[in-house]
Amino acid sequence: MKHTISVLVENHAGVLSRITGLFSRRGFNIDSLAVGVTEDKTVSRMTIVVEGDSYTVEQLEKQLNKVVDVIKVRTIPQQDLISRELMLIKCNATGRTRSEILDIAKIMNANIVDLTKNTMTLEICDLPDRLDLLEELLKSYNIQEVMRTGTIALQRGGAAINVK
Amino acid sequence: MTGAKAIVTSLEQEGVTTVFGYPGAAICPVYDCLRESPICHILVRQEQNAGHAAAAYGRISGRPGVCIATSGPGALNLLTALATAYMDSVPLVAITGQVPSDQLGRDVFQEADITGAAEPFTKHSFLVKNAADIPRIMKEAFYLASTGRQGPVLIDLPVDIQTQELDFLYPESVSIRGYNPSAKANPLQLRRVVEAIAAARRPVICAGGGVFGAGARAQMRAFAERCRIPVVTTMMGLGLMPSSHPLYFGMLGSFGSSAANYAIRHSDLLILIGTRAGDRAMRQPGVLEKRTRIIHIDIDPAEIRKNMEANIPLVADARLALEDLGENCQAADTGMWLAELKEKLGAGAPFSDCPAFVNPHRLVAALTERLDSDAIYIADVGLNQIWSARSARIKEGRFLTSGGMGTMGYALPAAMGARLATTARQVVAVMGDGGFQMSMQELATLCQHDIPVRMVVLRNDSLGLVRQIQKQEYAGRYEAVDLSGGPDFAALAQVYGIRAMTLSDNDEIDEAVDALLAGEKSFLLQCLVSPDEPAL
Ligand SMILES: Cc1ncc(C[n+]2csc(CCOP(=O)(O)OP(=O)(O)O)c2C)c(N)n1
Ligand SMILES: [Mg+2]
Repeated sequence: MKHTISVLVENHAGVLSRITGLFSRRGFNIDSLAVGVTEDKTVSRMTIVVEGDSYTVEQLEKQLNKVVDVIKVRTIPQQDLISRELMLIKCNATGRTRSEILDIAKIMNANIVDLTKNTMTLEICDLPDRLDLLEELLKSYNIQEVMRTGTIALQRGGAAINVK
Repeated sequence: MTGAKAIVTSLEQEGVTTVFGYPGAAICPVYDCLRESPICHILVRQEQNAGHAAAAYGRISGRPGVCIATSGPGALNLLTALATAYMDSVPLVAITGQVPSDQLGRDVFQEADITGAAEPFTKHSFLVKNAADIPRIMKEAFYLASTGRQGPVLIDLPVDIQTQELDFLYPESVSIRGYNPSAKANPLQLRRVVEAIAAARRPVICAGGGVFGAGARAQMRAFAERCRIPVVTTMMGLGLMPSSHPLYFGMLGSFGSSAANYAIRHSDLLILIGTRAGDRAMRQPGVLEKRTRIIHIDIDPAEIRKNMEANIPLVADARLALEDLGENCQAADTGMWLAELKEKLGAGAPFSDCPAFVNPHRLVAALTERLDSDAIYIADVGLNQIWSARSARIKEGRFLTSGGMGTMGYALPAAMGARLATTARQVVAVMGDGGFQMSMQELATLCQHDIPVRMVVLRNDSLGLVRQIQKQEYAGRYEAVDLSGGPDFAALAQVYGIRAMTLSDNDEIDEAVDALLAGEKSFLLQCLVSPDEPAL
């Protein structure tokens, strides 16, 4: 099962390597990790998606909590999850296929962000599953490059996971 | 003042009186300030030994030990000691010199990314970028090392920062928003513990090194006595109960006593305190949980349910938890259970003596019988560690060893540090000939600083423990375990001016031990032990 963990950390150099080092050292398999600064500029938020049973997640949370630079760790319950991921995807597009791809983009709510004689680059921001779907749909158009940001997430409702 | 002066002044503010180290260009400004400080610097002969000595100093004094090294190779030599301290949760502050900050990352002479390299083995580390941060960082380092689950903290100090000027003001308090070690137990959980103990018929306490870390030895004893609960310990917990205590049933684990292992297997309530239930102690995690209820008390939440299930987890400082339990628990009806365990304790196997060799169990027993009540016994690693753990009779003193990492060469430098942490307690280092040869350069340090340490080298001319593995699991195909070629270690000690003698006869053990413990100076006792002397 996938778990989404929101982690607040001190925003200084070296913190990311402490966290990634811990993952590899303790054998945690991470699906994705996204980091960015928060409303408080001294704090960064990481969204970590990890595959594992409840033992693994409990261990991961506890080990993360031991890192002095980690301020708070919360696993976001599945039903409260607001998650998004951004993907840029470049594929071949020539006269005939261009309109087909445009159709797909429209249905999938993706934007065209670049266009050349032979290629098209799409942007999509959606649930990770939907990104997978778009990628699948574009497979037959010879995908050249894919870049995904990893999932970012917040908790639904009024409650906030912050330093206070 | 300068950054270097700020480091030394901070050490003084923390009440540090002794540091262990080895200089080099990148830490020279700090040494220049140490010269003018009342802090006593012990010049070891290899940095790893500074780390072990400082760690043992920390274990005995209860305050972080301090070690200092230069950049690159100096810092790298500290790594093994940092990892050893980390595994055993020992309070330690390590200060390393570093190349100038504007050259970091360029692979200049003697540059090593030591904060990176030590990351897996330190509780926390700092790379100082600004001298103005030094007072805060030093305060935080000592706080982190000595609170919660104790451990080593590293401060890496570029040489240019050491000469930078700052206004020195030592902070009164620490506030680290990501670090709030819980101390007081949750009252609800505590109540569950009290109820579980009241309901148990066959309870047993399994105590580890964390009880020493929390300074809770007396509280644990009082709790066990009040509730009449038998106690077993891990190797790190040896000495929590006097060996002769009627509630004490020895060390558990592969090399432990059968009574201790029996107690664990047949209990209906296992109370783990300050132990991570490591693989050397708990041979069958997963099986035990099905048979017995488990209470796990630890300051580190990450240890609870890591190696073993726990029915009642209690995250707390062991001392506070034990004080609470001592007040709230009633004496349990454990008479039958204690009698059953007494029977298992038996008389122990008789010593099997072989001629021209010393029986190490006999020696360890005789030695510890004669030690002062509060003596500190330090065991190295190998067969000798097993012999020591099995046969040492600890009274009110301590038993120190490298439990988690099993680092050979620990005992001699640790003895040095332990001795300096006390004023007059006897300190004995018992080691194999392999381990001794990993740190025997420190004989010079003992002499130079006049540190009296009683040394016992159990000489079997082999890497005994590995040899035994090869004997039992590799059909006796011995490879790289023969240590012959070493000098007469008694003669070697004498060259340093250290009194010494050799013992090869069981009948002379008492006299040899008397000689070892007599006088105020160091002594080395070389004991000839059969290479085939087994672990148990
Ligand atoms: C630094 C280090 N290197 C290697 C080992 C592996 N090892 C464990 S016990 C042992 C043999 C120790 O020999 P000695 O010190 O003579 O003790 P004995 O077993 O003979 O009592 C070795 C090599 C270790 N624990 N530590
Ligand atoms: Mg040996």
